[in-house]
Amino acid sequence: MSKPKLALYWASSCGGCEIAVVDLEAKILDVAGFFEIVLWPCVMDFKYKDIEALPDGDITLCLFNGAIRTSENEHLAKMLRAKSKVMVAFGSCAGDGAIPSLANFYDKDSIYEYVFKTCPSLEESSRGVYPETKTTMPEGEIEIPVFWETVKTLDQVIDVDYYIPGCPPQTFQIAAAVEAVIDILQNGKPLPPKGTVLGAGDKTCCDDCTRVKSEKKIKKFYRPQDIITDPEQCLLEQGIVCMGPATRNGCEALCMKANMGCRGCYGPPEGVLDQGAKMVSALSSVIDAQNPEDAKKIIDTIADPLGTFYRFSMASSILRRVQKKNNK
Amino acid sequence: METQIKSKENFNPRIVAFLCNWCTYTGADLAGVARMKSSPSVRVIRTMCSGRVDPTFVLKAFKMGADGVMIGGCHIGDCHYSEGNFKTLRRVEFLKIMLKDFGIDPKRLRLEWISASEGDKYAHVTNEFEKELRELGPLVLQE
Amino acid sequence: MIKLTIDGKQLEVFEDTSILKAAEKAGIWIPTMCHCDYIEPYGVCRLCSVEVVKGKRSRIVTACNYPVREGLTVRTNSERVKWIRKIIMELMLSRWPNVPAVKEMAEQLGISKPRFESKEKDEAEDACILCGMCVNVCNDLVGKGVLGFSKMGIEREVVLPYNERSEECIACGACAYVCPTKHIKVKSLEYERGAIQDWSLASKTAIYVPTMQAVPRVPTIDEASCINKQTGGCKACQTYCEPGAINYDMKDEEIEVEVGQILITTGYQLMDLTKMPQFGYGRLDNVYSSLDFEHMLNSTGPTNGTIQCKDGSVPRAVGIIHCIGSRDENYHKYCSRVCCMYALKFAHLIKDRTTAEVYQFYIDMRAFGKGYEEFYKRLLDEGVNMIRGKVGEVTECRVDGEKPFLKVACEDTLIGKFREIPLDMVILCPAIESNADSSDLKKIFSISQSPDKFFLERHPKLDPMSTMTDGIFIAGCAQGPKDIPDSVAQASGAAAKILSLISVGEVAVDPIKAEIVEERCSGCRICNNLCPYGAISYIDEKKISFINDMLCKGCGTCVAACPSSVITGKGFTDAQIMAEIEGLLAI
Repeated sequence: MSKPKLALYWASSCGGCEIAVVDLEAKILDVAGFFEIVLWPCVMDFKYKDIEALPDGDITLCLFNGAIRTSENEHLAKMLRAKSKVMVAFGSCAGDGAIPSLANFYDKDSIYEYVFKTCPSLEESSRGVYPETKTTMPEGEIEIPVFWETVKTLDQVIDVDYYIPGCPPQTFQIAAAVEAVIDILQNGKPLPPKGTVLGAGDKTCCDDCTRVKSEKKIKKFYRPQDIITDPEQCLLEQGIVCMGPATRNGCEALCMKANMGCRGCYGPPEGVLDQGAKMVSALSSVIDAQNPEDAKKIIDTIADPLGTFYRFSMASSILRRVQKKNNK
Repeated sequence: METQIKSKENFNPRIVAFLCNWCTYTGADLAGVARMKSSPSVRVIRTMCSGRVDPTFVLKAFKMGADGVMIGGCHIGDCHYSEGNFKTLRRVEFLKIMLKDFGIDPKRLRLEWISASEGDKYAHVTNEFEKELRELGPLVLQE
Repeated sequence: MIKLTIDGKQLEVFEDTSILKAAEKAGIWIPTMCHCDYIEPYGVCRLCSVEVVKGKRSRIVTACNYPVREGLTVRTNSERVKWIRKIIMELMLSRWPNVPAVKEMAEQLGISKPRFESKEKDEAEDACILCGMCVNVCNDLVGKGVLGFSKMGIEREVVLPYNERSEECIACGACAYVCPTKHIKVKSLEYERGAIQDWSLASKTAIYVPTMQAVPRVPTIDEASCINKQTGGCKACQTYCEPGAINYDMKDEEIEVEVGQILITTGYQLMDLTKMPQFGYGRLDNVYSSLDFEHMLNSTGPTNGTIQCKDGSVPRAVGIIHCIGSRDENYHKYCSRVCCMYALKFAHLIKDRTTAEVYQFYIDMRAFGKGYEEFYKRLLDEGVNMIRGKVGEVTECRVDGEKPFLKVACEDTLIGKFREIPLDMVILCPAIESNADSSDLKKIFSISQSPDKFFLERHPKLDPMSTMTDGIFIAGCAQGPKDIPDSVAQASGAAAKILSLISVGEVAVDPIKAEIVEERCSGCRICNNLCPYGAISYIDEKKISFINDMLCKGCGTCVAACPSSVITGKGFTDAQIMAEIEGLLAI
């Protein structure tokens, strides 16, 4: 019997997820021993056409990281979906859009404008030269992928079976998830229900955070560089914007251990539709103001609330993107 | 999604109103009992307290095609639950800042304190809101 | 007990009784000018002189301060006594010939003209006769000692220290009360008003029965004006209360009573008429509020039910002005509902008791109740003048040689003319208002008020006696202006509602409660200080928050706040509301 096939793909991502997999160290040998790796562009050289040639459903497991930013991303996502039995949105970019989806604060035109025209580090010769999707060369017409207006999550373009959140997913969580998958496949156990989030908890980061929490009344928000925080006390109570209360646990409160407020990379917890909206609701419940003016004063001390609250979930949020200036 | 295509001409705003059970919902009822003309664009969702309104609901309503969202609660100091509306007040204030950042005119979200006896205020506010939304035009969200 | 004889009558009295008191007991009159029961006998007028016989000796003593002795024989009517009394009385009469109290006493003693001519003759009717009662009452009873005598002999007079207004004086009025000649007068410090208003709006004494219809009909002490409360003295009412019912140490106390339901029937207050100075209330004589006039009509009231002006004359024309502060954009927009009908009643009674012309100034006549329209028709037949139009102002007019009268300037919209009508008396019908403290009450019971400040019913048509708060009911004018039949009906309805709940014995509690999914709570404590009812607590051992079902009122604020959506609001879950949003916007 042939080994089950494994594919790892990166779409619009930084590569951190790949590094997290590599961080499995010795365990990666188990993975390599159990699976036949058919695609892992970051590590080995594979050709898309080989994958295209595989029959549908031939790949047992596909770990797909990265958001959907270009037509190529979508094409690969759709192709891998067809070829894979189990599709996993791996990492926060695939699951919630994460950092790439911060591009949804802008639109294609303004991004192009900056990247290809106004960016100070551009060489003068290439300043103002915009990429063309189709270019006719002497050898014939060549194409580059289309850059989309809006960054999407994987499940906004294809059907996703499971999610492994995190930016990147913690290595020990990946190990546990892989072990579980191997266990299922080896022993013929039933798969968990579709949509299950693997390698993470179903509570929030506060559950993992060991800081002492008490009743909250926030009078002012600080950026981490503005104050020296008490390492024992809940950061939110000290005025540091901590996404912990509205973020799924699984990282073991890494940031809080380093005196930083949670950035929200594990995405919204079970049952939460919109991480940012929940953060708005939660924070406005505990800010110490009895009238709109005072409330506004306190809220104004949060630097870039939208970017902060939706740092890792813009693409998966309800509104998905910021509207263009001319759109009311 | 075809039904959601909106044009400026022939535009009938869709308003989702979250009304608290004790004041505004009753006020709306009174407006009806008193045969006052209030905006027919309003689609009411009753909550026990305006404090129940999660910003998620507001975003969801906009996403689903609402052109405006109204939250109605008891007057400050008159909350049936003593102070629920203070939380609403802060949430709406916060949410307006977020909406502005989202590129949605914060005027599309309206917070009103309407007591159970202010049927006339309910009628006036909803009519005014509808008029305002007509001026703003339909909210078409980019995908 | 001591045995003695007065004018041949044998009697037995307690020790230390004065001859005056003993004689009183025997039914023998002894004239006095400086004696009153509230104070120690002073013995200064000498008019109570009697002849005391002991053995063979007899002498003249003052009855008021001479205590009885065993075997004493007293003569109050001997020639010697008569002679002395006559001289004393003649001396008094010669000095104060016009004081009624002195004149009356002289008459009683059979003196018409004194034989002497006094050099210090004071012909004033209210002259001070130096009886000293004021000095003594202030000293002995009030315990303040503000008044005193100065100088001696014929120059003796009652004075305030340094003849200046004393800060010690508590303005209790006891001195004026005991003064037999009305030489001392107390000026009302609050405001000077027509006599009738004084009777109805201020109590005459510090202890009083609020109204003749008061239930329970017992007196109450006005602490602010009770002398005992201010100086510890007086205690006059306690001294004279035979059953010993008066206790100055009683304090207001708060009593906690546990009840399951509450019916609020706190009624109303009348609008302060001084807010509308154009009608002259409090400024012009013979301008009364309807309540003042009602008091005047009362047969147990200050005028025994006769309708009269301040000077005691019967009014020639009376005007009744409706809607003072009601149906008025500047004050209260609502109709006070009861005024039209009581104004008609007033007109009827004025017609019945006097020959006065009666004018009704009304905006609309609202005779809405059973039999009311018929009463209105009857009044028209009685010849009451009905003027439809608002009154602009009430002014006082004086014509030389005649007594002043009131002039009402108004618009008569039925004939389309401006009119000025001369009247002797004006009765204003003030608006019924919600009580000044109703906002406090509202907070206590967590119920609502309409914009007119009356308590708000749960439903204007279907549930007019319940409020938004379960177990709190309202009835009567606390809910809105209404007359007696309507109040009775509403109160009966509310009582029936309350009884129906009592007879069931248990109440159904709304199932709308918040609930924390314990396994998923991370203990961030965002929700902890949100609950005004203290239903949310934090369990330290488990590091999670917990909602007490019984305390939760189901508002859902914590549900919205929970950043991890582990608080569910039963009946209003996220999923339910989301489905509502989707449903509402489906078309």
